[in-house]
Amino acid sequence: MKHVDEWRDPTLLRALADRIAREATRSWTLLEVCGGQTHAFVRFGLLELLPPTITMVHGPGCPVCVTPLEVLERARQIALRPEVILCTYGDMLRVPGVHGDLLSARADGADVRIVSSPLEALDLARRSPDRVVVFLAVGFETTAPTTAALIELADREAITNLQVLAAHVRVPPALDALFAPTATANTNVNVNVNANANANTDDTAQTPSDTNARIDGLLAAGHVCTIEGADVYAPLSERFGIPIVVTGFEPVDLLRGVLVCVRRLERGDAGVENAYTRIVRPEGNPLARAAVDRVFAVADVPWRGFGVLPGGGLAIRERFAAHDATRRFALPLVGGTDEPIREPTSCRAADVLRGRLRPLDCPELGGRCTPETPLGAPMVSSEGACAAYFSRRSAHT
Amino acid sequence: MCLALPGEIVERREGALPMALVRFGTVRREVCLAYVPDAAIGDWVIVHVGFAIQRLDETEARRTLALLASADDSLTDSGTTDTARDPEAR
Repeated sequence: MKHVDEWRDPTLLRALADRIAREATRSWTLLEVCGGQTHAFVRFGLLELLPPTITMVHGPGCPVCVTPLEVLERARQIALRPEVILCTYGDMLRVPGVHGDLLSARADGADVRIVSSPLEALDLARRSPDRVVVFLAVGFETTAPTTAALIELADREAITNLQVLAAHVRVPPALDALFAPTATANTNVNVNVNANANANTDDTAQTPSDTNARIDGLLAAGHVCTIEGADVYAPLSERFGIPIVVTGFEPVDLLRGVLVCVRRLERGDAGVENAYTRIVRPEGNPLARAAVDRVFAVADVPWRGFGVLPGGGLAIRERFAAHDATRRFALPLVGGTDEPIREPTSCRAADVLRGRLRPLDCPELGGRCTPETPLGAPMVSSEGACAAYFSRRSAHT
Repeated sequence: MCLALPGEIVERREGALPMALVRFGTVRREVCLAYVPDAAIGDWVIVHVGFAIQRLDETEARRTLALLASADDSLTDSGTTDTARDPEAR
């Protein structure tokens, strides 16, 4: 087995699509959380394969997209210090910030480098004892354990010139914000859950507005659950009365996830079901979770497009303060003040991230906003929904 | 960012952290096994930013594919029994 090709078999995909079409007796709207899944849906033409009864809404699962401008600006200011080598994943370098992207900081003399693993940052620090290597760490629960390993190893080996600017985020609080209108009462309520959900406390659910995305079921990101276990979504499923299906990333995995979710909806069942059983264990990966717990504490952090989410991210614990770049470089933000940074008004990334705007409906997509001249992060990231649609559209023209 | 790819362990290496050489198609990469320390040569692991985050259960993979390809519509352990038949499987 190659564990890739088998999961892209066109015959199997068509059979799955047929089953979905046969079994969906009414219209269902499903949200896939992860940007990697969004890209696979678009890239493999799966949206066209699905019957008209199934609508997919794309979720906020793009860490690069939800990293706030403040973090980008802080990274840029740190990168401009002569002693610093700033390293991060490739996608982060092209995200437009207040003063351009991190790549453009190179033109101002910053030493900015791409790494594909946190351990490369450690190697860089070992090889550059006279420099301070700052790793800008982004990512969801899937990625946090790898940053935790980096920090623990740097601590154990006393590699003091390794610093981490941590911007790790957690998925469940964002889903809470998407599904619970009361949790975002002071902002525009954007998503109404299915009317059978929690109807006694959720008055907007009983009168769904046409302008808001209604979400009937959720495809949870398989690799987040690889670490966290499938049960992490049980409270959410219970609270909002929706089925949540742990789903993989290959085309067959995605259609299997849709079919399992549709079956639960047709039966009127909520609950969590694992449809990525070759990877996701019920208990997740306890070793990885323990490392995250040792190094990080759950914190209230800002998400781009969401504002501050209670428990929405991770902060480095005091015990590892020596490797925490936010303590070493306590810089004021833009223009020497700590004024909050305003989002550019030309980009509607926040609406895209919250499932309110389909990328193809954005007037800027493919015009002023392209991967070469992105207005916002979702056009840059390999997991951004706008980039997914842009490349698909380009492939067809 | 949550991209993770399956690869086969071809060699184990010890260091500050347990490491392995993992084959992805024709490419081989060094991968950290800190979170799947008992993975052995010949095992498939799923790798994210240079770390194996779980072992791939090959038996389960075969079982899923067989289920999907067969006329049996119960997709998972908790799936319903369903009499609908897949035309491709006849």
